[in-house]
Amino acid sequence: MTEAVGVAAAVADAHRREWAFVLAATVRVTRDIDLAEECVQDAYAKALEAWANEGIPRRPGAWLTTVARRRATDLLRREVRFRTAMPLLVDDDTTPDPADASFDAEIPDDRLRLICTCCHPALAQEAQIALTLRLLCGLTTAEVARAFLVSEPTMAARITRAKKKIAIAKIPYRVPPPDELPERLTAVLAVVHLLFTTGHTAPVGGDLVRADLVNRAIDLARMLRTLLPRDSGVAGLLSLLLLTDARRESRIDRTGRLLRLEEQDRRQWNAGAIREGLALLGQAINTGAPDRYALQAAIAAVHARAERWEDTDWDEVVRLYDALGAAWPSPVVALNRAVAIGLARGPEAGLEALDEIGMPPELAGYSYLPAARADLLARVGRDDEAAAAYRLAIDLTTNDVERDFLAGRLREVSEGGATTRRPAPR
Amino acid sequence: MAQYLVLIYEDEAGFAGEGVGEEVHAAHTAFFEKHGAAIAGGNALEPAATATTIRGSIVTDGPFAETKEVLGGYYLIEAPDLDAALEIAKAVPARFGGVEVRPIRDMS
Repeated sequence: MTEAVGVAAAVADAHRREWAFVLAATVRVTRDIDLAEECVQDAYAKALEAWANEGIPRRPGAWLTTVARRRATDLLRREVRFRTAMPLLVDDDTTPDPADASFDAEIPDDRLRLICTCCHPALAQEAQIALTLRLLCGLTTAEVARAFLVSEPTMAARITRAKKKIAIAKIPYRVPPPDELPERLTAVLAVVHLLFTTGHTAPVGGDLVRADLVNRAIDLARMLRTLLPRDSGVAGLLSLLLLTDARRESRIDRTGRLLRLEEQDRRQWNAGAIREGLALLGQAINTGAPDRYALQAAIAAVHARAERWEDTDWDEVVRLYDALGAAWPSPVVALNRAVAIGLARGPEAGLEALDEIGMPPELAGYSYLPAARADLLARVGRDDEAAAAYRLAIDLTTNDVERDFLAGRLREVSEGGATTRRPAPR
Repeated sequence: MAQYLVLIYEDEAGFAGEGVGEEVHAAHTAFFEKHGAAIAGGNALEPAATATTIRGSIVTDGPFAETKEVLGGYYLIEAPDLDAALEIAKAVPARFGGVEVRPIRDMS
């Protein structure tokens, strides 16, 4: 008998590491997502008992897949399962035959099929995200609902609707052909990136970072890296996530106050994550035209390489934002570029760049725009205008930690304390 | 093999220009020649001004919903899956609007 605590931990570990692999291989057999989920859940439940009696298998993923797929073929043969009216998934007609001798021996890695199906462009992005968390990460509907702050019935309906569309409209369970893969991968990367950013700055509520979402996003990016080791887009995204997340511990102080990049204790940055992120970045930018994630990673790398805030190569940051704005034009990029110009060439130049952006409708309600303007105004001593801009930013933000931070800045400019004004970068 | 209905929604004002009708006709002929094997049916509709709507027993003049882009024609296509259907639907001429792809319910 293996100790119960150890078994529970091993099952939990296999849940996090192997869920996608086990489910993807089981869907190939059932060609029905709901039935596959049932069988995989059943396999994990069986593992708790079996591993306690027989010991933890050397390859937990293979054990779970074999059990889930055997259960699936059993149910399909006996047709004991309540039959839904849902049509079977379309695949490439290579559904494995359980009578085949190699059925248990050769378990294919179908995770790329699964994520390409979840992130199919015919599904709304919020459905893509929900399915990815549920099917690739093995989160329960309740957990997915909590991550996106919607009610469980709402999330359940969203997931059911998406699964129905996959089956009824016949979204294929297949890796897209090579000529379509880059475009489809773009949608997959966007979902993983959005999961990360949602977790990195929790848009609503009391915590700045929702670690579970951030970790899941990094897990997914690592999975893609394993599946597509030569893809520069994947390398760029994983690099970006690692370099950004390396700063997680230093972003808020002990009282929960948000710290700006310049205030952060860089010794707290995760050196291992930075090393890995920089290595990946090398691959991402050395192969053709770098995409938005690679360029964002390159910007994060400039910060990671600077030992102190004062050492930041702001000219390089501005150059990278120029490239990013060309590859992926967006008012948010223009805003960040203006902030970088303010640091490279002084606050007057920054305000000028900010004025060029104007007030695009995409940025209406975006608290970072007035916050950035307030910052630049404070640096040139236009305290009254700065205070007004901080007040606007405070009205717009929905994150408590950010609101506290902005309120602190507002107090500083309202008191007109020159001592709190930060020095020019050089 | 599944069937999909490709509904063509366009702004009818676009067709008013000189020679546009001929161009659109030629585009549909070219589409049909290329994808004929997958096309199980299709028609162009008379303008929305000729539509009559019935709700319950009330008969009214005009299309079901007043929108700028109106249903102007359709193709019924056959495809093994949505990806293949979308590939064909992308080639359907609809320069003054777009198309909607709907799976035909399998009644078997």
